[in-house]
Amino acid sequence: MDVTTFVIVSVIKSVIAIIVLLTAVAYSVWLERKVVGHMQNRWGPTRVGPFGLLQPLADGIKFLLKEDLTPPYVYKPLYIAAPMIAVIFALTSISVIPIGNWIYIGDLHIPLQITDVNIGLLIILGITSMGVYGVALAGWSSNSKYSLLGGLRASAQMVSYEISLGLSLIGVLIMSGSFSLRTIVESQQGHFWGFIPKWNIFHGQEIAFFVYLMSAYAETNRVPFDLPEAETELVAGYHTEYSAMKFAMFFMAEYANMITVACLATLLFLGGWNGPLFGPYWLQAVLPVLWFVAKVFCFIFLYIWVRGTLPRFRYDQLMNFAWKFLFPLAIANLIITGLIVALRS
Amino acid sequence: MLHFLLFSIFGAIAVAGAINLLMQRHPINSALSLIAVMASLAVEYLLLGAEFVAAVQVIVYAGAIMVLFVFVIMLLNAGEEERTDGSRVAALFGIPAMLVGAVLVAWTLLKHSGTGEVALGALPGAPTTIGWLLFHDYLLPFEVTSILVLIAIMGAVVLAARPEATAQRPRKEGA
Repeated sequence: MDVTTFVIVSVIKSVIAIIVLLTAVAYSVWLERKVVGHMQNRWGPTRVGPFGLLQPLADGIKFLLKEDLTPPYVYKPLYIAAPMIAVIFALTSISVIPIGNWIYIGDLHIPLQITDVNIGLLIILGITSMGVYGVALAGWSSNSKYSLLGGLRASAQMVSYEISLGLSLIGVLIMSGSFSLRTIVESQQGHFWGFIPKWNIFHGQEIAFFVYLMSAYAETNRVPFDLPEAETELVAGYHTEYSAMKFAMFFMAEYANMITVACLATLLFLGGWNGPLFGPYWLQAVLPVLWFVAKVFCFIFLYIWVRGTLPRFRYDQLMNFAWKFLFPLAIANLIITGLIVALRS
Repeated sequence: MLHFLLFSIFGAIAVAGAINLLMQRHPINSALSLIAVMASLAVEYLLLGAEFVAAVQVIVYAGAIMVLFVFVIMLLNAGEEERTDGSRVAALFGIPAMLVGAVLVAWTLLKHSGTGEVALGALPGAPTTIGWLLFHDYLLPFEVTSILVLIAIMGAVVLAARPEATAQRPRKEGA
């Protein structure tokens, strides 16, 4: 592949990835409203389009047309930069996530991924850890007590849960021996006894998956760990003072983070795009992507389900859960996985 | 060429961030400049072919340690710092001394290193190599360092939790 083709292919892939991601963000909002609505014996959005399917579009137009208020005592440079930081880092992490196998167009050999780097997982961790600044700076620069408390809570919570999140991933890394997400997925091919897929979640990483799941909820500030934006005490937390598109950017960042976390769970624990392959050639090219999307959808549905079911933690419970339960559990899982892998080799 | 261009750009960002860190009056702006310095250092590591070190630089320094800095600044609600004229001795001897030191370091580095280019992954910077060095060849120094850090943490906890210190802390209004 020469340089020009490479650039063209990369640009096309990036544009497609961004469009798909933004659509997915919009429709996970719709899905959440719909599912939570049905769980609470309501209908959710129904008016705009069939089943309210055009609701995200209407919401987007509303956000764009609303007045963009800037409260008088905010620290302006950071107040404006904070939502941008949040949304940029949330959208960047999609660039190293592979969604399927290779495809062949003519003699072009294209991986279904914007770029395959050998430290893909570390890049995602780095980007998500930088995303904290969006929330923290929004809370601080708004110059409001609710925002400040929300920002403080968010940064403390994200720093605490990042540790157990990272430790839960190391077990998977030991099993696959690589930071490359593609290699990690390829290490999960095959079956036990012919029918149980060899995904990491069935391969001794159940505890790691549990720790990952809990930490991921906390990292994305979702129920039951949504203390940073607890409506009953903090109005809306770190984005209290934001309106119109700036608020929508935080909203987009939150849902994009949810999708990233779901993709990562799929790649690391649920076998990525591995699944039964059958049919003609074109179907075999499409099916892996389909399996990947189906798994991500299930994970997001689980997110929404939990949101519709569980009440919010108290803040001390949240911190105790992170440091006194998840952290030791993740370390125990790490030691056991390390021992087993060392004894086997 | 591209290599040199990227090196110059991010080197300039790092230096500008470091200068801005000193010039800014508000601690949060200084902290953000430091983040810019850390991030551009990560890019420099990447240009050296040490992608693992670059990723760790972002995760640990820019992501974790600086978040704690920003957190503390937010928590204390630190205001703008007061500016004094500084000592004249520092201006008189400090700046020339710093310049001499920088020239000396640059001269030594230029004299004792080749100026060839390095491809990504050409130098021994792979995670496997680093892991092997840390946990095999240099296991004892590594463990001793971690125990040292542990002792430092425990010392900080003991100092912070001294009961008389908490009792005597003056109450700030509105803090």
